[in-house]
Amino acid sequence: MTQLRIERADGLLTIQDCGRPGHLAQGLSRGGAMDRCALFEATALLGLPAPAPAIEMAAAGGSFSVTQPMRVALTGAPMLATLDDAPLRWHATHVIMPGQRLRIGGAQSGIYGYLTPAGGITSPEWLGSRATHLTIGIGSLLQSGQSVPCGPDDAADAAPRVIDPLPRFNGGTVRIAKGAQTDLFGADTLERFLGTDFIRAARGNRQGVQLDAQDRFSTEHAAGLASDVIGPGDVQMTGDGIPYVLMAECQTIGGYPRIGCVIPADLPIIAQAAPGTTLRFQMLSTTQSDDIYRSDASLIADAAARCRNLIRDPSTIPDLLSYQLIGGVTAGTELEESQCA
Amino acid sequence: MSSDDSLSPGIFPAGPDALLVRFALTPCPAAMDAAQVLAARLDRDPPAGVTEIAPALVSVLLRFDRARTSRSALADTVLDQARAIAAQPPAPPAAVRRWTIPAAFGGENGPHLDDIANKLSITPKAAIARICGDDLRVLSIGFAPGQPYIGLLPEEWDLPRLTDMTPSVPAGAVVVAVRQIVMFGGASATGWRQIARSAFRTFLPDRSPPMPLRPGDAIRYVAAPESEIDMLARNSDGLGGAKLEVLA
Repeated sequence: MTQLRIERADGLLTIQDCGRPGHLAQGLSRGGAMDRCALFEATALLGLPAPAPAIEMAAAGGSFSVTQPMRVALTGAPMLATLDDAPLRWHATHVIMPGQRLRIGGAQSGIYGYLTPAGGITSPEWLGSRATHLTIGIGSLLQSGQSVPCGPDDAADAAPRVIDPLPRFNGGTVRIAKGAQTDLFGADTLERFLGTDFIRAARGNRQGVQLDAQDRFSTEHAAGLASDVIGPGDVQMTGDGIPYVLMAECQTIGGYPRIGCVIPADLPIIAQAAPGTTLRFQMLSTTQSDDIYRSDASLIADAAARCRNLIRDPSTIPDLLSYQLIGGVTAGTELEESQCA
Repeated sequence: MSSDDSLSPGIFPAGPDALLVRFALTPCPAAMDAAQVLAARLDRDPPAGVTEIAPALVSVLLRFDRARTSRSALADTVLDQARAIAAQPPAPPAAVRRWTIPAAFGGENGPHLDDIANKLSITPKAAIARICGDDLRVLSIGFAPGQPYIGLLPEEWDLPRLTDMTPSVPAGAVVVAVRQIVMFGGASATGWRQIARSAFRTFLPDRSPPMPLRPGDAIRYVAAPESEIDMLARNSDGLGGAKLEVLA
């Protein structure tokens, strides 16, 4: 069996995929990768028919080895990576051979890096997903010495690929859509909210991320409000009027008022904002946010268009003849049906 | 439900592929009934393109497939239904399933039972009879997977949350506040009052199904001695002796 061995875990490592949508009525939130864009970029880089499970690495990676040759994609927050001490490019695919040591250090910007084996991770599924959901005890943090079962990589000799990642690792402007409670906040409060530079607070995890500012943003309706359905992207105002953006492992029902919902395209910016990063919000109308929306399949196709073969100077490649110099030619239709279920 | 409760249902966006039908901002009983009725109707006969239906206390979230319907088309359909329900509130829909769940009331299993009985000016025995005497309904599931909000209890059970949190109630704790019951899936801190303990586990990942309760299910508690609950807790199914009847 092909295995990816965690020789040493330095960051918080979990297996993540697109999560488990469709169980809100039973109180289970979707979960899955904090930065879905990183999954889609790995899908495109590896030429996979659909997003594959990845090892999500919070803040830092660790040291890894393999039992069979396999390609891996490195996406999400750029981290310092080496293969047997040779530097590896981030936002790219690489072949790892048995006996080699892949080392992934701390994030240079952003928080969540992703290590995606081309053959997929074959750990047991629960409700159709392999995603670790820490808050409810599904799966757990990967530990040093643990082996992750993987599928075989049938194209381990495919040409290495690189991708121009969507910029999302240094904060900036985040678009939010109007939600069911936006109008409970006064026009003045909304205006102040949209005019504020927020700082990503130290408090944040897979459930949610707190934002700091001098100002406070509350609504007089907060007290008697009935609990309602909540989800990733919702910007909740706690009792103190401090915003808290709900993330992948949030609860499904909540009583705090929500000023809006970060659009899915921009949620990775929140996920990847390291503590201290500045974030601002821009409010979209429902029509605007609906028009911007892209399906997972279309996002993956878009990522594929940002991929190219890694061009290297042949004179610097010691084992040039071991490379298959033509590869990765397909009918080009494999992305049409792909999406997270 | 009093007749002067006026409901003004509205449709709101909830992300790019979902909308929310809301009957009121606050948890008034009429709105809760209306949300139950709408959720049950939608469950029975989902509009084209709807992929997920999730009821909260006074609202229902509908997720839809944008390739099969549009926000405006779905909003029109559902708003008509919601307005009809609000205009002439029908009786809560008949339950499709009923769970009968044994629970040990009072004493260590329900430290607040005597206090509640005092507040209601009835005996603890009568309080237990009130809880066990009727079918209650799962209004919504949330806070933790599978964990139900059950209601509504009679009006005199409109007890405020305690200002002092109880640091920990055990898994299976049956707690009450604001005319509702929560049955905890795991040990938890709570500001609600514990009246009983069951051996029913609302979430066990390895059980099939992991989260057995569904919104709309009828719940009937039946008083059982503590020794029986302890014995039922040893069953590996985690159902704590609960019986499920399919009614329709």
